[in-house]
Amino acid sequence: MSTEARAGHFPAVDWEGGAFPYRVGHRKLGMWLFIVSDSLTFSALLIGYSYLRASNVWPTPFPFYPSIVFSSVMTFCLLSSSLTMVFGVSASSKGDKAKARKWILATIFFGVTFIVLHLIEWQHLIHEGMRPFFLPEHWVQVFTTTDGVPPSPLFGATFFTITGLHMFHVASGAVYLLIVALRVNKLKHEDIEISGLYWHFVDLVWMFVFPLIYIMSVDVGGHLAK
Amino acid sequence: MTAHAHVEEHFAGSNKLFISIWVWLVVLTLVEIFLAYKPMPIHLMLIVLLGLSIIKAALIMAYFMHLKFERLSLILTLIPMLVVCILLLFVFFPDSFRSAGLRYKFKEQPPVAPAQVEE
Repeated sequence: MSTEARAGHFPAVDWEGGAFPYRVGHRKLGMWLFIVSDSLTFSALLIGYSYLRASNVWPTPFPFYPSIVFSSVMTFCLLSSSLTMVFGVSASSKGDKAKARKWILATIFFGVTFIVLHLIEWQHLIHEGMRPFFLPEHWVQVFTTTDGVPPSPLFGATFFTITGLHMFHVASGAVYLLIVALRVNKLKHEDIEISGLYWHFVDLVWMFVFPLIYIMSVDVGGHLAK
Repeated sequence: MTAHAHVEEHFAGSNKLFISIWVWLVVLTLVEIFLAYKPMPIHLMLIVLLGLSIIKAALIMAYFMHLKFERLSLILTLIPMLVVCILLLFVFFPDSFRSAGLRYKFKEQPPVAPAQVEE
């Protein structure tokens, strides 16, 4: 705030937005630029996944339980964590740092719940026999087409890469928020808002990963159960 | 804007607004899960799911990430660039349909496998 007051010496400030075109601090702009670049990373991965899916026979193996139930509860956790985060930022803007800390800790709780549920879900699939470069034997039998084309073994590679990278983002976000929560009194409001931006971004990415990876791969007819 | 202007510490949006956004996000997620079990052509499903995802992403960016309350110049700097770059990534995509067509085609009708899968 003081920087913009000092900028009064520059004639550019006469034109609205001249000296501070975005009216955000340099840290916040930096976080936004990071978010843009990181969304391109995830876009590239999801488009790569779609490419493989369009050019191969793709298995649709996820049963209602555990996969869809788990991933839906995980989605609920992330959405709720975004809500608690926004409450934290809102409390911080009113100067109530203690309340902000409590909401941020609630956010971390939901984030950690997400990771734990996701690891259990991974465990189910690994137990089933799914690996990055091959499918379980009974999946291959079920999803081989009538032309005799087997399903792509890269199913596991795309699944573990995309959800794994997202899980890494959630984990690093939880560490980031923990540091913010511990140092909340020393931080400026904008710094807390910036940590919120990162957390909402992690939530936003899941809004694409969940339908494309999980919902599009539901075993609708229950082929695997038969 | 004159020299006395300063960065607003005020964080626009009431808790009631944020809760209603959260309710919308949860409802749209439930719609997605419901759609997962509706038999429909895969292209239609993809379009509907991506449409819902884009709505959800827009809600998160606008309200939770506070972009709606930022200066328009920030929005115009970030969003169109992102959209254009993502669209450019699709440059490679048509090749996937070509490689799908390169597979060996059986001359006679092969025996029917027990489970038939779409795609």
